[in-house]
Amino acid sequence: MRSDVSRWMLLAVFLLALPFGASADWGALNMPVGVTEISKEVYTLHMRIFYICCVIGALVFAVMIYSMYAHRKSKGAVASDFHESTTVEIVWTIVPLIILIAMSIPAAKVLVKMEDFSDSDMTIGVTGYQWRWHYSYLDEGIEFYSQLDREHNAARQEGADIDLEQFGDIYLREVDNPLVVPVGKKIRFLHTAADVIHSWWVPDLSVKKDAIPGFINENWARIDEPGTYRGKCAELCGRDHGFMPIVVIALEQDDYDKWVVEQQSAVEQASLDDDRDWQHQELVATGEKIYQSNCMSCHQKEGQGIPGMFPAIGGSHIATGNIDTHIETVLNGVTESAMQGFSGKLSDAELAAVITYQRNAFGNETGDSVQPSQLKAMRQGQQQTLLTQPQLATDTGVN
Amino acid sequence: MSYSDNTHGEAHHGEHDDHGPAPGLMRWVTTTNHKDIGTLYLWFSLLMFFIGGGMALIIRAELGAPGIQFVDPMFFNSMTTMHAIVMIFGVVMPAFVGLANWMIPMMIGAPDMALPRLNNWSFWIMPFAFTIMLSTLFMDSGGPAGGWTLYPPLVLQMGDSFAFVIFAIHFMGISSVMGSINIVATIFNMRPPGMTLMHMPMFVWTWLITAFLLVATIPVFAGAVTMLLTDRFFDTSFFSAAGGGDPVMFQHIFWFFGHPEVYILILPAFGIVSSIIPTFARKPLFGYDSMVYATASIAFLSFIVWAHHMFTTGMPLAAELFFMFSTMMISVPTGVKVFNWVSTMWRGSMSFETPMLFAIGFVIMFTIGGLSGLMLAITPADIQYHDTYFVVAHFHYVLVPGAIYSLMAATYYWIPKWTGNMYDETLGKWHFWISTIFVNVLFFPMHFVGLAGMPRRIPDYSLQFADWNFVATIGAFGFGFSQLLFVYIIVKCVKGGKKATGEVWEGARGLEWTVDSPAPYHTFETAPVINESTLTR
Repeated sequence: MRSDVSRWMLLAVFLLALPFGASADWGALNMPVGVTEISKEVYTLHMRIFYICCVIGALVFAVMIYSMYAHRKSKGAVASDFHESTTVEIVWTIVPLIILIAMSIPAAKVLVKMEDFSDSDMTIGVTGYQWRWHYSYLDEGIEFYSQLDREHNAARQEGADIDLEQFGDIYLREVDNPLVVPVGKKIRFLHTAADVIHSWWVPDLSVKKDAIPGFINENWARIDEPGTYRGKCAELCGRDHGFMPIVVIALEQDDYDKWVVEQQSAVEQASLDDDRDWQHQELVATGEKIYQSNCMSCHQKEGQGIPGMFPAIGGSHIATGNIDTHIETVLNGVTESAMQGFSGKLSDAELAAVITYQRNAFGNETGDSVQPSQLKAMRQGQQQTLLTQPQLATDTGVN
Repeated sequence: MSYSDNTHGEAHHGEHDDHGPAPGLMRWVTTTNHKDIGTLYLWFSLLMFFIGGGMALIIRAELGAPGIQFVDPMFFNSMTTMHAIVMIFGVVMPAFVGLANWMIPMMIGAPDMALPRLNNWSFWIMPFAFTIMLSTLFMDSGGPAGGWTLYPPLVLQMGDSFAFVIFAIHFMGISSVMGSINIVATIFNMRPPGMTLMHMPMFVWTWLITAFLLVATIPVFAGAVTMLLTDRFFDTSFFSAAGGGDPVMFQHIFWFFGHPEVYILILPAFGIVSSIIPTFARKPLFGYDSMVYATASIAFLSFIVWAHHMFTTGMPLAAELFFMFSTMMISVPTGVKVFNWVSTMWRGSMSFETPMLFAIGFVIMFTIGGLSGLMLAITPADIQYHDTYFVVAHFHYVLVPGAIYSLMAATYYWIPKWTGNMYDETLGKWHFWISTIFVNVLFFPMHFVGLAGMPRRIPDYSLQFADWNFVATIGAFGFGFSQLLFVYIIVKCVKGGKKATGEVWEGARGLEWTVDSPAPYHTFETAPVINESTLTR
């Protein structure tokens, strides 16, 4: 009876295994070797401990399987009565200990190297937000947000009828603004977060460090080869944790220098945008794009929100009522809710556009236009209130 | 009644003989009998196994193909969170307590648990705690969705149902601590003369050590979740940097509980397997003393390895080195255990009834999980493995074909003693083989996608992970539905079947096999005589 069941099962295993063996693309199997000295050493450690585990496992299982075969009652095996052997016990305590020591020395060496943040050539601040990254090049004065590419974001919505195959292996691993870095430089990363804990992980660089609100973590990488390296947030950070990818583009030094100059002139262009008056249609068109990348994941594509969790924008009393209240809400967020303030994330022009869009889409036919200058005025007004508080204290002699 | 009165007990023996259970439903509500309470725990955990398993199937259904097909990402997060809470606190822990209730008094020759009313209370808290916990899924703000590890600040973004979650966790903790105190009190005070500590069955030893781990760590967890509660509702800042606190401090406190907790989930399994393998190898357990010392060493080491869950939080180098070395050390006593089981089988006279199949399945697949654990201990490599599906594969290998298999082995091993009937051996073997195939189809591919870069706790993924995820989903549904067979076998056995003898298994040793099958409602009202033939060693 026993052997009957076993035989059937062995056959079933074979039949199940057949199609998988024959199929084509099962390539996602192992850790990438990566493109930094550290990542290569980590890969070596990983393979070495893997082989050691395979050998130990094979030995243990071989003895077990032999024993199950040879020492069966059905084959007439008679049980012996041994149940103790101090020598054997000492041997199988000491031998694993020696293997462990042999393994821990190279591991410790790599770890010491990973934790050496000294002598870096440049520093980039990386801040995690729900659900985007902010990069700030401390020496070059460049900073920007980086989040899931708009097309990928549309494709991943529930019920979206978009063919994912077109994105291939980079589905959910493409961003609007990638992090651009030079090769051959020791880049120091400073990680922190604005809301909850995130974790900045790029497998090819073998860097993974938690971004913790209120604290700054260090990390570093020196990339050997130019290329595009993709990663993801690794620490659960809420609803869209799976949708905050990282893209690092490593360029030769000359190309990188050109990119830096381009970025710096783009900053000037943005400040021009903030200073001019915009057409209504221009605001709505720009606002739609900004809505899709900043607001849609909570308030949804048609502005209907998710009842009980995220309020609707269509027909909302904020998006159809007083303009200043609307600006105030978007600028500063709503405390004790998932609605964050966007004052640091979007420029005056971008804010003006998205607010205009919200007031003219989803059936909110207010016809209002909000100009960057209104945002600027609002921000200045707020700064004034903040500034006056210490002033007040000095005046009344409290300090 | 203190146990030292057993000479009087002998005089009253006749009076107690026909003292059966109270009739009707109230028997189960008011019972203080260790066997009844054990049965309640076991049915409860079986029910929770299907609730937690249903959540796992929702997760695997969503992950069957790229794109969002079935559930909102927020609900997905709440499924991963609840699945863990239910499986850990609602399945594995209560099932082990149920086995402890049934078996420890019978194994050491005691008439009941030391504190029978406390015993009733510690069970009946559980259904209420889990009703509250599961009800949060139906509240406006949804169930907990920040992971079972409850890391702030994320967990503090939860709505008002947060308070219910904390309340339920407190009650589960109270139940566990009371159950553990009862087990410690029973083992220390209820052993008859001759049953010395170093003669106790291995299952009793492992549970004694587990109970100490529980008493030491559950209050730490209770403290941590209370601090979360006050941070959320009373404006304290234990875990908020803005008020002088530190979110990472929560992780330290949590894992100081959490790491011993994973041994709480596996040490009783070691005890079960150490009982079953000698029976079916018809040979005494190899290296009893070293098994006891290894269990104690594992328990001690489990208190000094917690931060290996936190290698990416930016700890100082010295701490990372310390936790790497201490974690690697754990593989030494664990290795001793595996080698001892293999030596017990060596030159035995083995037969492969269902309990033995599950026990061997446990040794092989737990070892696979243990070896991937050794890989995770290598800190530089862990920085790549951390928070990927490689970790998911690792802990599911030690928990499903590990802890869960030991529970199934225990059920098949002792159910003839509980019901007086033999289970259906052919169906039992089918159950083992189908489960074993599917559990590997389910969890083995997770190693691959994890190494290749798939993070855990995500509802959608890149296309290169699609094939292996589809395979895992097939495995999940296969494994999930084959557990219905387990329920069928249990129900069939409870209803009837071939009558079991008192000894049940040819090679079984120990006091529980000296009483009739089914075990009478009261056993060992008179202290048994302890001699060579009634001891497991």
